[in-house]
Amino acid sequence: MAKETGIQSWKDLKFGILVSTPGNAAELKTGDWRSMRPETDREKCTKCGQCYIFCPDMVYSKDAEGYFPQNYYWCKGCGICAKECPVDAITMIQEVD
Amino acid sequence: MSKPIGIEVSLAVAEAVGLCDVDVVAAYPITPQTHIVEHLSELVADGHLNAEFVPVESEHSAMSACIGSSAAGARTFTSTCSQGYALMSELCYIAASLRLPIVMAVANRALSAPINIWNDHADLMYARDTGWIQLISENGQEAVDMSILSFRIGEDPRVALPVQVNLDGFTMSHVVEPIEIPDQAVIKKFLPPFKPKYRLDPANPMTFGAVGMPDIYTEARMMQDQALKATKPVIQEIFDDFAKQFGRQYKLVESYKTEGAETIVVAIGSVAQTGMTAIDAMRAKGKKVGIVRIRVFRPFPAAELFEAIKGAKNLVLFDRVSSFAGGEISGPVALEIKSVLFDKGVAPKVGNFLVGLGGRDVTEQNFEEMVERVESAKNGDLPAYEFINVRE
Repeated sequence: MAKETGIQSWKDLKFGILVSTPGNAAELKTGDWRSMRPETDREKCTKCGQCYIFCPDMVYSKDAEGYFPQNYYWCKGCGICAKECPVDAITMIQEVD
Repeated sequence: MSKPIGIEVSLAVAEAVGLCDVDVVAAYPITPQTHIVEHLSELVADGHLNAEFVPVESEHSAMSACIGSSAAGARTFTSTCSQGYALMSELCYIAASLRLPIVMAVANRALSAPINIWNDHADLMYARDTGWIQLISENGQEAVDMSILSFRIGEDPRVALPVQVNLDGFTMSHVVEPIEIPDQAVIKKFLPPFKPKYRLDPANPMTFGAVGMPDIYTEARMMQDQALKATKPVIQEIFDDFAKQFGRQYKLVESYKTEGAETIVVAIGSVAQTGMTAIDAMRAKGKKVGIVRIRVFRPFPAAELFEAIKGAKNLVLFDRVSSFAGGEISGPVALEIKSVLFDKGVAPKVGNFLVGLGGRDVTEQNFEEMVERVESAKNGDLPAYEFINVRE
Protein backbone atom coordinates (compact mmCIF):
# COMPACT_ATOMS: atom_id res chain seq x y z
CA MET A 1 0.00 0.00 0.00
CA ALA A 2 2.74 2.44 0.99
CA LYS A 3 4.46 1.96 -2.36
CA GLU A 4 1.30 2.78 -4.33
CA THR A 5 0.30 5.84 -2.32
CA GLY A 6 3.49 6.98 -0.57
CA ILE A 7 1.45 7.11 2.64
CA GLN A 8 3.40 5.94 5.69
CA SER A 9 4.20 6.75 9.31
CA TRP A 10 6.75 9.47 10.07
CA LYS A 11 8.73 6.80 11.92
CA ASP A 12 9.16 4.77 8.74
CA LEU A 13 10.37 7.66 6.62
CA LYS A 14 13.92 7.34 5.38
CA PHE A 15 16.43 9.49 7.27
CA GLY A 16 16.65 12.90 5.60
CA ILE A 17 13.59 12.00 3.46
CA LEU A 18 16.04 10.33 1.08
CA VAL A 19 14.85 8.04 -1.70
CA SER A 20 17.16 5.04 -1.67
CA THR A 21 15.56 3.22 -4.63
CA PRO A 22 15.92 5.52 -7.64
CA GLY A 23 13.23 5.21 -10.28
CA ASN A 24 10.54 4.17 -7.81
CA ALA A 25 8.18 6.89 -9.09
CA ALA A 26 6.83 4.08 -11.33
CA GLU A 27 5.32 2.54 -8.19
CA LEU A 28 3.33 5.65 -7.29
CA LYS A 29 -0.30 5.15 -8.31
CA THR A 30 -0.96 8.49 -10.02
CA GLY A 31 -4.11 6.93 -11.53
CA ASP A 32 -5.76 7.90 -8.22
CA TRP A 33 -5.67 11.56 -9.30
CA ARG A 34 -7.90 10.98 -12.36
CA SER A 35 -11.42 12.38 -12.74
CA MET A 36 -11.73 11.60 -16.51
CA ARG A 37 -10.66 8.32 -18.17
CA PRO A 38 -9.52 8.08 -21.83
CA GLU A 39 -11.12 5.23 -23.81
CA THR A 40 -10.16 4.22 -27.35
CA ASP A 41 -12.71 3.23 -30.02
CA ARG A 42 -10.88 0.46 -31.92
CA GLU A 43 -13.25 0.90 -34.91
CA LYS A 44 -11.77 4.38 -35.47
CA CYS A 45 -8.18 3.72 -34.29
CA THR A 46 -5.56 3.62 -37.07
CA LYS A 47 -2.77 2.39 -34.73
CA CYS A 48 -0.75 5.55 -35.56
CA GLY A 49 0.70 5.73 -32.01
CA GLN A 50 0.20 9.51 -31.54
CA CYS A 51 -1.36 8.78 -28.09
CA TYR A 52 1.79 6.87 -27.10
CA ILE A 53 4.02 9.73 -28.31
CA PHE A 54 2.08 12.57 -26.64
CA CYS A 55 1.24 10.90 -23.30
CA PRO A 56 3.36 12.76 -20.69
CA ASP A 57 3.38 9.63 -18.51
CA MET A 58 3.83 5.98 -19.53
CA VAL A 59 0.16 5.09 -19.93
CA TYR A 60 0.24 3.81 -23.54
CA SER A 61 2.24 0.89 -24.88
CA LYS A 62 1.83 -1.19 -28.03
CA ASP A 63 0.13 -4.59 -27.74
CA ALA A 64 0.48 -7.70 -29.97
CA GLU A 65 -2.25 -6.51 -32.35
CA GLY A 66 -0.62 -3.09 -32.78
CA TYR A 67 -3.19 -1.18 -30.69
CA PHE A 68 -2.16 1.11 -27.80
CA PRO A 69 -4.15 0.15 -24.67
CA GLN A 70 -4.09 2.39 -21.57
CA ASN A 71 -2.45 1.47 -18.24
CA TYR A 72 -4.81 3.23 -15.81
CA TYR A 73 -2.37 2.74 -12.87
CA TRP A 74 -0.54 5.86 -14.09
CA CYS A 75 -3.18 7.73 -16.16
CA LYS A 76 -3.92 11.08 -14.47
CA GLY A 77 -6.69 11.86 -16.99
CA CYS A 78 -4.98 14.92 -18.47
CA GLY A 79 -6.73 14.38 -21.84
CA ILE A 80 -3.75 15.20 -24.07
CA CYS A 81 -4.18 11.86 -25.92
CA ALA A 82 -7.84 12.62 -26.71
CA LYS A 83 -6.93 16.11 -27.90
CA GLU A 84 -4.08 14.91 -30.13
CA CYS A 85 -5.70 11.78 -31.64
CA PRO A 86 -5.93 12.63 -35.41
CA VAL A 87 -9.07 10.48 -35.93
CA ASP A 88 -10.89 11.33 -32.68
CA ALA A 89 -10.79 7.70 -31.58
CA ILE A 90 -10.16 8.62 -27.89
CA THR A 91 -13.04 9.89 -25.68
CA MET A 92 -12.72 11.17 -22.11
CA ILE A 93 -15.27 9.44 -19.87
CA GLN A 94 -16.27 10.82 -16.44
CA GLU A 95 -15.12 8.54 -13.59
CA VAL A 96 -18.21 7.87 -11.45
CA ASP A 97 -16.71 6.40 -8.26
CA MET B 1 47.70 21.64 26.47
CA SER B 2 48.86 24.53 24.34
CA LYS B 3 49.38 28.01 25.76
CA PRO B 4 47.03 30.91 25.01
CA ILE B 5 48.23 33.28 22.31
CA GLY B 6 47.05 36.75 21.35
CA ILE B 7 45.08 36.35 18.13
CA GLU B 8 42.15 37.96 16.35
CA VAL B 9 39.03 35.87 17.02
CA SER B 10 38.21 35.46 13.28
CA LEU B 11 41.68 34.07 12.59
CA ALA B 12 41.42 31.77 15.59
CA VAL B 13 38.10 30.40 14.31
CA ALA B 14 39.68 29.81 10.87
CA GLU B 15 42.66 28.07 12.51
CA ALA B 16 40.31 25.83 14.51
CA VAL B 17 38.30 24.92 11.41
CA GLY B 18 41.56 24.10 9.64
CA LEU B 19 42.69 21.92 12.54
CA CYS B 20 39.37 20.05 12.25
CA ASP B 21 40.67 18.90 8.86
CA VAL B 22 37.77 20.33 6.89
CA ASP B 23 37.50 19.02 3.31
CA VAL B 24 35.53 21.79 1.61
CA VAL B 25 35.09 25.49 2.33
CA ALA B 26 32.62 27.33 0.08
CA ALA B 27 32.06 30.91 1.14
CA TYR B 28 31.52 34.46 -0.01
CA PRO B 29 33.06 37.35 1.94
CA ILE B 30 30.85 39.77 3.87
CA THR B 31 31.74 42.15 6.69
CA PRO B 32 32.33 41.28 9.55
CA GLN B 33 32.79 37.62 8.61
CA THR B 34 35.48 38.32 5.97
CA HIS B 35 38.60 37.51 7.99
CA ILE B 36 37.35 33.99 8.77
CA VAL B 37 37.11 32.87 5.13
CA GLU B 38 40.03 35.05 4.05
CA HIS B 39 42.29 33.22 6.49
CA LEU B 40 40.94 29.82 5.46
CA SER B 41 41.69 30.63 1.81
CA GLU B 42 45.25 31.59 2.88
CA LEU B 43 45.66 28.30 4.74
CA VAL B 44 44.61 26.41 1.61
CA ALA B 45 46.68 28.56 -0.79
CA ASP B 46 49.79 28.25 1.37
CA GLY B 47 49.45 24.49 1.55
CA HIS B 48 48.79 24.34 5.29
CA LEU B 49 45.30 22.93 4.81
CA ASN B 50 44.49 20.18 2.34
CA ALA B 51 40.97 21.31 1.43
CA GLU B 52 38.94 22.48 -1.53
CA PHE B 53 38.28 26.23 -1.27
CA VAL B 54 35.36 27.21 -3.54
CA PRO B 55 35.27 30.99 -4.14
CA VAL B 56 31.59 31.16 -5.05
CA GLU B 57 29.76 34.14 -6.58
CA SER B 58 27.19 34.58 -3.79
CA GLU B 59 26.01 33.22 -0.46
CA HIS B 60 23.20 31.42 -2.28
CA SER B 61 25.84 29.52 -4.25
CA ALA B 62 27.93 29.04 -1.10
CA MET B 63 25.22 27.07 0.67
CA SER B 64 24.31 25.23 -2.56
CA ALA B 65 27.94 24.10 -2.91
CA CYS B 66 28.01 23.13 0.77
CA ILE B 67 24.89 20.97 0.37
CA GLY B 68 26.44 19.10 -2.56
CA SER B 69 29.75 18.66 -0.81
CA SER B 70 28.27 17.49 2.48
CA ALA B 71 25.90 15.11 0.68
CA ALA B 72 28.95 13.63 -1.08
CA GLY B 73 30.46 12.92 2.35
CA ALA B 74 32.92 15.78 2.73
CA ARG B 75 33.42 17.71 5.97
CA THR B 76 32.10 21.12 4.97
CA PHE B 77 32.38 24.64 6.37
CA THR B 78 31.04 28.04 5.43
CA SER B 79 30.61 31.39 7.08
CA THR B 80 28.39 34.42 6.55
CA CYS B 81 26.18 36.96 8.30
CA SER B 82 23.33 39.43 7.89
CA GLN B 83 22.35 40.10 4.23
CA GLY B 84 24.53 37.18 3.16
CA TYR B 85 22.61 34.90 5.48
CA ALA B 86 19.34 36.25 4.15
CA LEU B 87 20.43 35.45 0.59
CA MET B 88 21.43 31.87 1.42
CA SER B 89 18.52 31.19 3.76
CA GLU B 90 16.34 29.17 1.35
CA LEU B 91 19.15 26.62 1.07
CA CYS B 92 19.65 26.53 4.83
CA TYR B 93 16.22 24.96 5.30
CA ILE B 94 17.16 22.27 2.78
CA ALA B 95 20.51 21.50 4.45
CA ALA B 96 18.68 20.74 7.69
CA SER B 97 15.89 18.68 6.10
CA LEU B 98 18.45 16.55 4.25
CA ARG B 99 20.33 16.05 7.55
CA LEU B 100 23.65 17.42 6.29
CA PRO B 101 26.10 18.35 9.08
CA ILE B 102 27.48 21.52 7.49
CA VAL B 103 29.13 23.89 9.97
CA MET B 104 28.62 27.62 9.53
CA ALA B 105 30.14 30.44 11.57
CA VAL B 106 27.89 33.51 11.66
CA ALA B 107 29.59 36.76 12.68
CA ASN B 108 26.31 38.21 13.91
CA ARG B 109 25.39 41.49 12.24
CA ALA B 110 22.26 43.64 11.87
CA LEU B 111 20.01 43.43 8.81
CA SER B 112 19.28 46.43 6.55
CA ALA B 113 17.80 49.04 6.28
CA PRO B 114 19.44 51.33 7.12
CA ILE B 115 22.58 49.57 5.92
CA ASN B 116 24.47 48.62 9.04
CA ILE B 117 27.48 46.34 9.28
CA TRP B 118 27.57 46.25 13.08
CA ASN B 119 26.56 43.70 15.63
CA ASP B 120 23.15 42.56 16.77
CA HIS B 121 21.22 39.28 16.57
CA ALA B 122 18.99 39.89 13.54
CA ASP B 123 20.65 37.09 11.56
CA LEU B 124 20.79 34.69 14.51
CA MET B 125 17.04 34.98 15.03
CA TYR B 126 16.30 35.01 11.28
CA ALA B 127 17.94 31.56 11.24
CA ARG B 128 15.91 30.34 14.20
CA ASP B 129 13.29 28.35 12.26
CA THR B 130 15.56 26.72 9.67
CA GLY B 131 16.10 23.51 11.65
CA TRP B 132 19.80 24.12 12.35
CA ILE B 133 21.42 23.63 15.74
CA GLN B 134 22.38 27.08 17.02
CA LEU B 135 25.36 27.41 19.35
CA ILE B 136 26.22 30.77 20.87
CA SER B 137 29.69 31.92 21.92
CA GLU B 138 30.45 34.87 24.18
CA ASN B 139 34.21 35.28 23.73
CA GLY B 140 37.03 34.21 21.44
CA GLN B 141 37.90 31.03 23.28
CA GLU B 142 34.28 29.94 23.16
CA ALA B 143 34.06 30.71 19.43
CA VAL B 144 37.04 28.39 18.85
CA ASP B 145 35.62 25.70 21.13
CA MET B 146 32.14 25.91 19.57
CA SER B 147 33.66 25.56 16.10
CA ILE B 148 35.38 22.31 17.08
CA LEU B 149 32.27 21.14 18.94
CA SER B 150 30.06 21.88 15.93
CA PHE B 151 31.73 19.29 13.71
CA ARG B 152 31.56 16.65 16.44
CA ILE B 153 27.92 17.44 17.30
CA GLY B 154 26.67 17.78 13.74
CA GLU B 155 28.41 14.64 12.48
CA ASP B 156 27.33 12.44 15.41
CA PRO B 157 25.09 9.78 13.77
CA ARG B 158 22.41 10.49 16.42
CA VAL B 159 22.37 14.14 15.30
CA ALA B 160 23.24 14.47 11.57
CA LEU B 161 22.18 18.11 11.38
CA PRO B 162 23.86 21.37 10.35
CA VAL B 163 25.27 23.54 13.10
CA GLN B 164 25.54 27.32 13.30
CA VAL B 165 28.27 28.86 15.47
CA ASN B 166 27.25 32.38 16.41
CA LEU B 167 29.88 34.95 17.36
CA ASP B 168 29.14 38.66 17.65
CA GLY B 169 30.40 40.67 14.68
CA PHE B 170 33.26 43.13 15.45
CA THR B 171 32.70 42.87 19.23
CA MET B 172 34.20 39.40 18.90
CA SER B 173 35.21 38.80 15.29
CA HIS B 174 37.66 41.73 15.07
CA VAL B 175 39.02 41.67 18.60
CA VAL B 176 42.40 40.26 19.60
CA GLU B 177 41.99 37.99 22.60
CA PRO B 178 44.16 35.49 24.46
CA ILE B 179 43.00 32.19 22.97
CA GLU B 180 44.22 28.65 23.43
CA ILE B 181 44.25 26.89 20.06
CA PRO B 182 44.18 23.17 20.86
CA ASP B 183 46.76 20.77 19.42
CA GLN B 184 45.64 18.98 16.29
CA ALA B 185 46.39 15.61 17.90
CA VAL B 186 43.90 16.33 20.70
CA ILE B 187 41.29 17.52 18.20
CA LYS B 188 41.83 14.38 16.14
CA LYS B 189 41.15 12.24 19.19
CA PHE B 190 37.99 14.21 19.94
CA LEU B 191 36.72 14.40 16.36
CA PRO B 192 36.51 11.10 14.47
CA PRO B 193 36.43 11.11 10.63
CA PHE B 194 33.08 12.09 9.06
CA LYS B 195 31.20 8.92 8.12
CA PRO B 196 27.69 9.83 6.94
CA LYS B 197 24.96 7.20 7.04
CA TYR B 198 24.01 7.95 3.43
CA ARG B 199 25.85 9.91 0.80
CA LEU B 200 25.80 10.70 -2.92
CA ASP B 201 27.58 7.75 -4.47
CA PRO B 202 27.33 6.65 -8.12
CA ALA B 203 27.79 3.01 -7.03
CA ASN B 204 24.74 3.26 -4.76
CA PRO B 205 22.46 5.92 -6.25
CA MET B 206 19.94 7.81 -4.11
CA THR B 207 17.67 10.80 -4.47
CA PHE B 208 18.38 13.73 -2.13
CA GLY B 209 15.62 16.34 -1.96
CA ALA B 210 12.69 14.69 -3.72
CA VAL B 211 9.21 16.23 -3.81
CA GLY B 212 6.93 15.57 -0.81
CA MET B 213 3.24 15.99 -1.46
CA PRO B 214 0.59 16.80 1.18
CA ASP B 215 0.37 13.06 1.89
CA ILE B 216 3.89 13.01 3.31
CA TYR B 217 5.02 16.58 4.11
CA THR B 218 3.56 16.58 7.64
CA GLU B 219 5.31 13.30 8.45
CA ALA B 220 8.59 14.68 7.09
CA ARG B 221 8.24 17.77 9.31
CA MET B 222 7.35 15.64 12.35
CA MET B 223 10.45 13.52 11.75
CA GLN B 224 12.65 16.61 11.49
CA ASP B 225 11.22 18.18 14.65
CA GLN B 226 11.78 14.96 16.61
CA ALA B 227 15.31 14.66 15.23
CA LEU B 228 16.26 18.18 16.36
CA LYS B 229 14.59 17.72 19.76
CA ALA B 230 16.48 14.45 20.30
CA THR B 231 19.84 16.21 19.91
CA LYS B 232 19.57 18.01 23.27
CA PRO B 233 21.02 15.25 25.50
CA VAL B 234 23.60 14.40 22.82
CA ILE B 235 24.84 18.00 22.73
CA GLN B 236 25.27 18.00 26.52
CA GLU B 237 27.02 14.62 26.38
CA ILE B 238 29.47 15.99 23.79
CA PHE B 239 29.97 19.19 25.87
CA ASP B 240 30.90 16.91 28.81
CA ASP B 241 33.32 14.89 26.70
CA PHE B 242 34.87 18.15 25.46
CA ALA B 243 35.41 19.19 29.09
CA LYS B 244 37.28 15.94 29.78
CA GLN B 245 39.64 16.47 26.84
CA PHE B 246 40.00 20.26 26.75
CA GLY B 247 39.18 21.28 30.32
CA ARG B 248 36.39 23.74 29.52
CA GLN B 249 32.84 22.78 30.53
CA TYR B 250 29.83 24.06 28.60
CA LYS B 251 26.14 23.64 29.32
CA LEU B 252 22.94 24.23 27.34
CA VAL B 253 22.09 26.97 29.84
CA GLU B 254 24.75 28.56 32.03
CA SER B 255 24.08 30.37 35.28
CA TYR B 256 26.25 32.94 37.03
CA LYS B 257 25.66 33.93 40.66
CA THR B 258 21.99 32.96 40.51
CA GLU B 259 22.03 31.27 43.90
CA GLY B 260 19.60 33.16 46.11
CA ALA B 261 19.08 35.75 43.37
CA GLU B 262 15.79 37.64 43.47
CA THR B 263 16.46 39.22 40.09
CA ILE B 264 17.82 37.24 37.17
CA VAL B 265 19.01 38.70 33.88
CA VAL B 266 18.86 36.53 30.76
CA ALA B 267 21.13 37.45 27.86
CA ILE B 268 22.88 35.72 24.99
CA GLY B 269 26.17 36.38 23.23
CA SER B 270 28.99 38.72 24.17
CA VAL B 271 26.77 41.12 26.14
CA ALA B 272 26.38 38.34 28.69
CA GLN B 273 30.10 38.80 29.49
CA THR B 274 29.47 42.48 30.19
CA GLY B 275 26.45 41.26 32.14
CA MET B 276 28.58 39.10 34.43
CA THR B 277 30.82 42.08 35.23
CA ALA B 278 27.70 44.12 35.99
CA ILE B 279 26.40 41.34 38.24
CA ASP B 280 29.72 41.33 40.16
CA ALA B 281 29.37 45.09 40.73
CA MET B 282 25.74 44.79 41.85
CA ARG B 283 26.53 41.82 44.13
CA ALA B 284 29.31 43.93 45.71
CA LYS B 285 26.62 46.48 46.58
CA GLY B 286 24.59 43.71 48.25
CA LYS B 287 22.02 43.23 45.49
CA LYS B 288 20.64 39.72 45.03
CA VAL B 289 21.15 39.41 41.28
CA GLY B 290 22.43 36.80 38.87
CA ILE B 291 22.60 36.16 35.14
CA VAL B 292 21.56 33.21 32.99
CA ARG B 293 23.12 32.77 29.56
CA ILE B 294 21.67 30.59 26.84
CA ARG B 295 24.37 28.58 25.09
CA VAL B 296 22.13 26.62 22.71
CA PHE B 297 19.18 28.47 21.17
CA ARG B 298 17.97 25.59 18.95
CA PRO B 299 17.03 23.04 20.14
CA PHE B 300 15.69 25.38 22.85
CA PRO B 301 16.58 24.07 26.32
CA ALA B 302 13.22 24.88 27.94
CA ALA B 303 13.49 22.57 30.96
CA GLU B 304 17.07 23.63 31.76
CA LEU B 305 16.16 27.27 31.39
CA PHE B 306 13.16 26.95 33.72
CA GLU B 307 15.35 25.28 36.34
CA ALA B 308 17.79 28.20 36.07
CA ILE B 309 15.23 31.00 36.45
CA LYS B 310 12.40 29.48 38.49
CA GLY B 311 13.44 31.06 41.79
CA ALA B 312 13.48 34.65 40.49
CA LYS B 313 10.96 37.30 41.51
CA ASN B 314 12.11 39.61 38.73
CA LEU B 315 13.32 38.77 35.27
CA VAL B 316 15.29 41.12 33.03
CA LEU B 317 15.24 39.74 29.49
CA PHE B 318 17.63 41.24 26.96
CA ASP B 319 17.01 40.87 23.24
CA ARG B 320 19.26 42.17 20.49
CA VAL B 321 16.69 42.24 17.69
CA SER B 322 13.08 43.29 17.34
CA SER B 323 10.56 41.03 15.64
CA PHE B 324 8.49 44.23 15.19
CA ALA B 325 5.20 44.70 16.95
CA GLY B 326 4.81 41.25 18.44
CA GLY B 327 1.57 41.04 20.38
CA GLU B 328 2.90 41.01 23.91
CA ILE B 329 6.61 40.57 23.28
CA SER B 330 8.95 41.69 20.57
CA GLY B 331 12.15 39.90 21.53
CA PRO B 332 12.68 36.26 20.53
CA VAL B 333 14.49 35.41 23.79
CA ALA B 334 11.63 36.85 25.85
CA LEU B 335 9.10 35.03 23.66
CA GLU B 336 10.67 31.67 24.52
CA ILE B 337 11.02 32.44 28.21
CA LYS B 338 7.52 33.79 28.72
CA SER B 339 6.12 30.66 27.02
CA VAL B 340 8.07 28.44 29.42
CA LEU B 341 6.82 30.42 32.42
CA PHE B 342 3.19 30.28 31.27
CA ASP B 343 3.34 26.51 30.83
CA LYS B 344 4.75 26.14 34.37
CA GLY B 345 2.21 28.56 35.85
CA VAL B 346 4.92 30.86 37.21
CA ALA B 347 4.53 34.62 36.86
CA PRO B 348 7.48 36.75 38.00
CA LYS B 349 7.74 40.42 37.06
CA VAL B 350 9.19 40.48 33.54
CA GLY B 351 10.90 43.29 31.69
CA ASN B 352 11.84 42.76 28.03
CA PHE B 353 14.44 45.20 26.75
CA LEU B 354 15.63 45.58 23.19
CA VAL B 355 19.27 46.60 23.46
CA GLY B 356 22.46 46.79 21.42
CA LEU B 357 20.79 47.10 18.02
CA GLY B 358 23.07 47.66 15.00
CA GLY B 359 26.23 47.94 17.09
CA ARG B 360 24.96 50.24 19.88
CA ASP B 361 27.07 49.53 22.98
CA VAL B 362 25.50 47.71 25.89
CA THR B 363 27.16 48.92 29.09
CA GLU B 364 27.35 47.71 32.67
CA GLN B 365 25.25 50.74 33.54
CA ASN B 366 22.51 49.50 31.16
CA PHE B 367 22.36 46.26 33.11
CA GLU B 368 22.13 48.10 36.44
CA GLU B 369 19.43 50.44 35.12
CA MET B 370 17.28 47.61 33.76
CA VAL B 371 17.60 45.58 36.97
CA GLU B 372 16.59 48.67 38.95
CA ARG B 373 13.71 49.35 36.56
CA VAL B 374 12.16 45.89 36.93
CA GLU B 375 12.80 45.69 40.69
CA SER B 376 11.15 49.05 41.39
CA ALA B 377 8.18 48.58 39.04
CA LYS B 378 4.80 47.59 40.43
CA ASN B 379 3.35 44.42 38.93
CA GLY B 380 1.62 45.30 35.68
CA ASP B 381 3.46 48.64 35.32
CA LEU B 382 6.09 47.38 32.89
CA PRO B 383 5.36 47.68 29.19
CA ALA B 384 5.42 44.44 27.18
CA TYR B 385 8.76 45.48 25.71
CA GLU B 386 10.90 48.61 25.44
CA PHE B 387 13.68 49.91 23.23
CA ILE B 388 16.58 50.97 25.46
CA ASN B 389 18.83 54.00 24.90
CA VAL B 390 16.50 55.30 22.19
CA ARG B 391 16.66 59.09 21.77
CA GLU B 392 13.32 60.86 21.96
